[in-house]
Amino acid sequence: MKQFFSNLYAAINKEPWSYIVTFGLMIIGSALVYATPRSLTAFLILLLSPASMYFLKMNNKVKLFAGLVLAIIVLPVLGIRNIFYLEVIFQICVFAALALGLNIVVGMAGLLDLGYVAFYAVGAYTWAFFGSKQISLLHSVPGAAPANAPYFLENPNWFWLFIFLGIGLAAFAGILLGLPVLRLRGDYLAIVTLGFGEVIRVLALNLDKPINITNGPQGITPIQRPTLPPALLDALGRVLEPIVGHPVTEAQFYNVFFYFLALAIIIIAVIVARRLDDSRIGRAWTAIREDETAAIAMGIPLVKMKLAAFASGAAFAGAMGVIYAANRTFVSPETFSFLQSIGVLSMVILGGLGSIPGVIIGAAVVVFLNIQVLQTFSLYLSSLRQSDAVIPIINFAWRNLSTQLDPAKYQKLIFGLILVVMMIFRPSGLIPAERRKRELAGEEEIDEITE
Amino acid sequence: MKQFTSNPLYKFILFPIGQIVVFILGAGITLSVLVILLAYIFRGSVTNLDLVERTLVILPKVLIDGVTIGFVYATIALGYTMVYGVLEFINFSHSEIFMVGGVVGVELLRYFDAQGTLATMNQYVVITLAILLGMIIAGSLAVTVERVAYKPLRNAPRLVPLISAIGMSFFLQDTVRLILGLTTGEFNVILPKFGTFDDFQTFTVPGLAAPVQLQNKTILLIAVTIVMLVGLNYLVNGTKVGKAIRAVAQDRPTASLMGINVNLIISITFLIGGTLGGAAGVLFALKVTRLDPFVGFFPGLKAFTAAVLGGIGNLTGALLGGIVLGLLESFGASYLGVFTQGAFGAEYKDIFAFAILIAILIFRPSGLLGQTVGQKA
Repeated sequence: MKQFFSNLYAAINKEPWSYIVTFGLMIIGSALVYATPRSLTAFLILLLSPASMYFLKMNNKVKLFAGLVLAIIVLPVLGIRNIFYLEVIFQICVFAALALGLNIVVGMAGLLDLGYVAFYAVGAYTWAFFGSKQISLLHSVPGAAPANAPYFLENPNWFWLFIFLGIGLAAFAGILLGLPVLRLRGDYLAIVTLGFGEVIRVLALNLDKPINITNGPQGITPIQRPTLPPALLDALGRVLEPIVGHPVTEAQFYNVFFYFLALAIIIIAVIVARRLDDSRIGRAWTAIREDETAAIAMGIPLVKMKLAAFASGAAFAGAMGVIYAANRTFVSPETFSFLQSIGVLSMVILGGLGSIPGVIIGAAVVVFLNIQVLQTFSLYLSSLRQSDAVIPIINFAWRNLSTQLDPAKYQKLIFGLILVVMMIFRPSGLIPAERRKRELAGEEEIDEITE
Repeated sequence: MKQFTSNPLYKFILFPIGQIVVFILGAGITLSVLVILLAYIFRGSVTNLDLVERTLVILPKVLIDGVTIGFVYATIALGYTMVYGVLEFINFSHSEIFMVGGVVGVELLRYFDAQGTLATMNQYVVITLAILLGMIIAGSLAVTVERVAYKPLRNAPRLVPLISAIGMSFFLQDTVRLILGLTTGEFNVILPKFGTFDDFQTFTVPGLAAPVQLQNKTILLIAVTIVMLVGLNYLVNGTKVGKAIRAVAQDRPTASLMGINVNLIISITFLIGGTLGGAAGVLFALKVTRLDPFVGFFPGLKAFTAAVLGGIGNLTGALLGGIVLGLLESFGASYLGVFTQGAFGAEYKDIFAFAILIAILIFRPSGLLGQTVGQKA
């Protein structure tokens, strides 16, 4: 099996074939998705094309060009045709950015952070608080808000400033968390960060009294979005209408807009993470991860470096939080549960600790599994439940299947399995980072790698 | 005197019980005095009721609640602290072992209820059966989890088994939910009503206006946990297995050289921790009467906090930590509302534990009774 795949990989990893496979996947995938917008297989084929772009040898300029065409033209157009795909891709982008941020803390600096969504929450609640009517509702009970309350910021384009404010506040929260836990070793740190995540969630849940800051469990809504220039929308709408086959609404343009925004954040995140990894700071993080005592002896400023790791990891989450709040126009404490933190962690673990491409692929796989595969499976089961089908040998009627068996609700099972199985069989992840590979491998494997 | 202290009756029964009583009295009296002092200081700022009187009225109930939940925490904390002592690793899935114990116990009671025999059976026999079944299932589950998820990773870097344990915890939560969902169609398990456990025993304490009320199940919970704690103390300090556990905790390679089967001892440690957790689960279920697969999370975290508070790896410490944490939480949840006039209240009780945890880790990372441990990478 393994032999077959490595042979196959070697066969298509040659000059003409790599181009044929990549562009073939791209064109066939786009055509299939265009023709049958609801098909899962078609979407999967399209998603394979960026993967083949990454894994196969090609001219870098061609790769860049193909990637840009895919990201800027193909995906938005297909996304407007069936808005669900844009949602999937937006979520992949959001979680990829979160996973890249967590990767700095866990993968590079080796500090296990189990409360990472807290920083996401800080970003999201920052824009939710200032970009909604919440400030004029401070003294009203949740649910009994006067309908005509004004927005605090009349111009929603403050949003752009708040992205940076979100980054700053989240980084500050990261330092705040980092300060007391600096002396702790790995496992204690994990529990304390978990606690921090819960503290933020409980605060968001309960700070609707004595003054109503977070609106409690009901969450804050509506939240403003930045304005899009109407002239541009008009022009684009006229161009796109014949292609996608229906008039393009403003909501759909917003989806595309947020997709581009998330994409931009990811590109920035990748660049920042790459530069950090190769910098003095990145090497200091690696040193701290490998052996704290030795790192101190080498003159690495431990306090500064750990705080830098927490702050820069948190900053990504802060920016994404602001964008998320504007995209959903709604935030509630439910979004920032421990489950989400573990979800992001499982993306990082699945892709490979410290590995930037790995983490992005991990995010894509987990999100896709979560909101596509499991949902489809759930729908399939419920359709079986309504049919008269019977499992032949044990004579079990599908109709009697418990409605509790809804795969879409069993995310914890999936995350848990990913974590355990990856740790036992492949602790360095699907696409291991070079340095990590050496660290997590056994003695003999180290020889293999170095030879 | 020396003869007296080496007397097994004193060493294994009187001394541990005395310890528990001292811990309860010490923590309880300190906190009560503190709260009453605070009430005197702030009585001027509150006008619509007499703060001191209000404080005194709810004090007995707060103390009883705190001690009750404290015993549950202590019993769970022992599982964390024993595993930490032996393997130096936080068994994150211990909270799920606790939950499984509770769910199994309640399911047994529900089975009896469905058979119609629950009302006719002796209530003490029934609850003993439930606790025993919870202990057996939880103990064997703990050993299985260790074999499957931790044993292959014993020599890996520190974070690897921890991440595996977190994964296991999530996996167990949803597996239990799946099993419950498929068999009963819903994942909440509700304790059937039986026996006289909900009835109150009333004690009149001289000097107090209102009599103190204790629920039967509270008395049962405290009695059973004390028996278990005494038993554990005997097992660890008085038997050969206990000696082997202590040896492995102190130095694994040397213990192995002395002819101790280290893998077996580690399994036994998980078994003991798991059985304690399972029993605590059933008792907790008796107290809260309603469980779901996610119910273990907060008690588990608080028990871990208790273990750290007492000094992780230290059995007496876990006991002390559990009782102190239970009392602190109960006091915090009840009096925060009283002192702030309802602006902040019991909804913050889940994060007290974390505040305490962070405070201990900053000021006294070795815990109340622990010795300073060197940095082990």
